[in-house]
Amino acid sequence: MAPMDLIGRCGIQFFGKMSASISHDLKNVLAVINENAGLLEDFCVMAEKGKALEPTRLKRLAEDVKHQIRRGDRIITSLNTFAHSADRESVAIDLRELLGLLLELTQRSASMQGVSLAVDRPPDPIMATTSPFLLLNLLWFCLNYAMKAAGPEKTVEITAEKTDDGARLHFRKLAEMGSGAGSCPAEPESTLIRVLNAQIRLDPDSMEVIVSLPAGFKGTDNVFNRNHGDTIGGMP
Amino acid sequence: MKVLLVDDEKELVTTLAERLALRGLEAQWATSAEEALSRLQTESFDIAVLDVKMPKVDGLLLKKQMQAKCPAMKFIFVTGHGSSQDFEAGALEVGSDYYLVKPLKIDDLVAKIKEALQR
Repeated sequence: MAPMDLIGRCGIQFFGKMSASISHDLKNVLAVINENAGLLEDFCVMAEKGKALEPTRLKRLAEDVKHQIRRGDRIITSLNTFAHSADRESVAIDLRELLGLLLELTQRSASMQGVSLAVDRPPDPIMATTSPFLLLNLLWFCLNYAMKAAGPEKTVEITAEKTDDGARLHFRKLAEMGSGAGSCPAEPESTLIRVLNAQIRLDPDSMEVIVSLPAGFKGTDNVFNRNHGDTIGGMP
Repeated sequence: MKVLLVDDEKELVTTLAERLALRGLEAQWATSAEEALSRLQTESFDIAVLDVKMPKVDGLLLKKQMQAKCPAMKFIFVTGHGSSQDFEAGALEVGSDYYLVKPLKIDDLVAKIKEALQR
């Protein structure tokens, strides 16, 4: 498959998976609000029949609703940021924020697999000029691999650091790097790596996946030489 | 009539249990498959209402595990799927005719519980 087609297919699959997971989360928020409203209706029916309303109980119900609204707002904000990540091909971003978004987007699927995710946020911004959507897609692949390879603690620690020639992202606390967790990078990741001008390394000593990013990314228009169709840097 | 509600959304199951109790059904809850199975060690239930998507052990697998302990128990599945169509096939595959889509309508849930128990 031509690289652009592969990236397009990967992107759609990634967007679909994220949307499905986020909509599930939102359904749960609405389901809880729905039951709180229903219980409030039940109390009203009982009050009409002469049972006294309990202000403390009503206040708690209102607090529960407000809590769910805050939760829903956080989910929608992440979805919005994620959707806008595809707006521009190349933009300067703080990788700490991108990891925060990745965490918000994947928390549910990690929890379904019984894996805890921890993002270590360094105090200073770690800027990189890159395609936020493609990088998120690549990091999602890495995270999926890391979750499958997670040790008995079932925790994956993600962190970013500045380097002389760009930045590095680490997925730590892996227990295995064998066939059980699949291969990394597989074909879709390899294409994203080339397009992003990044590198992936599995370090068996520290048991981590390391993604290295260059300081500046010039965008896929420059990487894909349109005069030669779907080729990357002269590669067939 | 004793109902066990299983969903990892604690606020959802506690409120639902309260609403079912107001409708004359004794309802208890668990927020994980592990907790649900441990409840079966000490108590018996007529029916379980299971969320399909739960961490570690999903509702479909939990049903099989619960059924092994309590063969007479009935089950209703609850799903957050956008449409019930894609879930329907899965529910039928594990031998359940009863499923509801979130957000729930309490009257529908009560009706399904009664229908399942009358079968």
